[in-house]
Amino acid sequence: MSLSHPMRSRLVIAATFLVALVLSILPWPVWTEQFRPDWVALVLIYWCMALPGRVGVGTGFLAGLILDVLYGSMLGENALAKSLIAFLTVHFHLQLRMFPRWQQAVVVLLLVITNNLLVLWIKHLAGASPAAWSYLTPSIVSMLIWPWLFVILRDIRRHGNVG
Amino acid sequence: MFQIAGIQLRAPSNLTRFVLLAILSVSLMLLDARAHHLQHIRAGLTVLLSPIQVIAAVPVRLGGAVMDFFRGDQPLHEELARLRTEQPLLLARMQRYEALEAENAHLRALLGTSALVADKAVAAELREVASEPFRRTLVIAKGEKDGLYVGQPVIDAYGIRGQVSEVGILQSKAILITDPGHAIPVQVNRNGLRAIAFGTGAPDSVSIRYLTASADIKEGDLLISSGIGGSFPYGYPVARIKQVINNPNEAFLDIIATPVALLGHDKEVLLIWPSQKVLPPPTPAKPLAEKKPVASKKPATPKPQPAAVKPLVPQAAPKPDPEALTGTPPPPAPLPSPTEGATP
Repeated sequence: MSLSHPMRSRLVIAATFLVALVLSILPWPVWTEQFRPDWVALVLIYWCMALPGRVGVGTGFLAGLILDVLYGSMLGENALAKSLIAFLTVHFHLQLRMFPRWQQAVVVLLLVITNNLLVLWIKHLAGASPAAWSYLTPSIVSMLIWPWLFVILRDIRRHGNVG
Repeated sequence: MFQIAGIQLRAPSNLTRFVLLAILSVSLMLLDARAHHLQHIRAGLTVLLSPIQVIAAVPVRLGGAVMDFFRGDQPLHEELARLRTEQPLLLARMQRYEALEAENAHLRALLGTSALVADKAVAAELREVASEPFRRTLVIAKGEKDGLYVGQPVIDAYGIRGQVSEVGILQSKAILITDPGHAIPVQVNRNGLRAIAFGTGAPDSVSIRYLTASADIKEGDLLISSGIGGSFPYGYPVARIKQVINNPNEAFLDIIATPVALLGHDKEVLLIWPSQKVLPPPTPAKPLAEKKPVASKKPATPKPQPAAVKPLVPQAAPKPDPEALTGTPPPPAPLPSPTEGATP
């Protein structure tokens, strides 16, 4: 690769976020929508855990803001939620790295639930009141996907020599 | 370490960054929700990010193309044959519809309410983009230059789907009637009972609230838009009652209805421009003076029964749009006055 090392890292990270964003708005049959995992949150948690010096609150904010524009939700809604989970992940990244995979998945569940509850709460304040338990299924699906996504992203990080 | 104007500054800590960005997020939300100051910024960002939407639509397009390739043209021939038999039937029905429409306009003119004129409708393509979690939305591939406006009704071949909630440069967003933030004024087609249909966030149901146990509503009733509030025109089908639950412990009935429009992923919707935003004022005093010469020129007009007509008028006329009433002249429909009716 002719690109310099930090530049290439940045490109690889941006590419994974791009894929996550596309997956977030990829159309599926309507009934599957309640099972759609929070791809952006998962990718964000991985990079915050693996490279907290490179990916952090600012990246979370930016990814959330892009998500807000793509979804047409209030600007800042997802940005706030994603900054919060980025902050929590970076803060606890040393513990998270030590955890076995299943325990990581539980933490991911809690983080995604935090994210979804914050978004739901903001929506309630803004006037729309979605069904009370609708945040739970996407969070659980996110938890179930985490171990596989972790392996994929780790391989990407190693092969892409991202550091 | 940063160095600004000779002063050594430490890079902000994780917590500091979070607090600053959280404040920024909250201020963005306040600006966006309360004051709508960010519309142009959002429109620009949407254009900037449209490549992501294009990429997201690729698999669906590709899947459709592959399906078409393997299906061959047999289904197309079948569909063409079906459409060919269907079209004359629909056209035949339209002939009668036009006669009925004219008759209806005439009768409504006699009642002193504005005629229901056919609305302008334009087909619009949908962007193949998933809805935001917890919401029910559509992205329409038409924007400002096509004359869309916020609050515009969106329908399909079967009924009302929702309304435009945000108009961008190249694309617009619409919320469906099932969106948890949406409510539409309806009436029961059978008896004219008024109600409001609220979205729940579930993909295929709306809930009718605030009807007491004495309300005459039952399973299978069709709900049509009542035109109250002015954003939806009168008379479009909205939903069909699926279930009426009367719990004696609750003050109101628990009613679930299924939207008649196809709210799933479909390629196209119809946008309508309601033709008559101007409605006659509900108070007969002012237009009476203006309209007297017109009314007197028509001696052949049958006498309306004031006692029977008067209570009908506020029911038949949807709530007038206050903005439309001030600037525009009253509609041309002659208003027969109760006094003239009594003394011809």
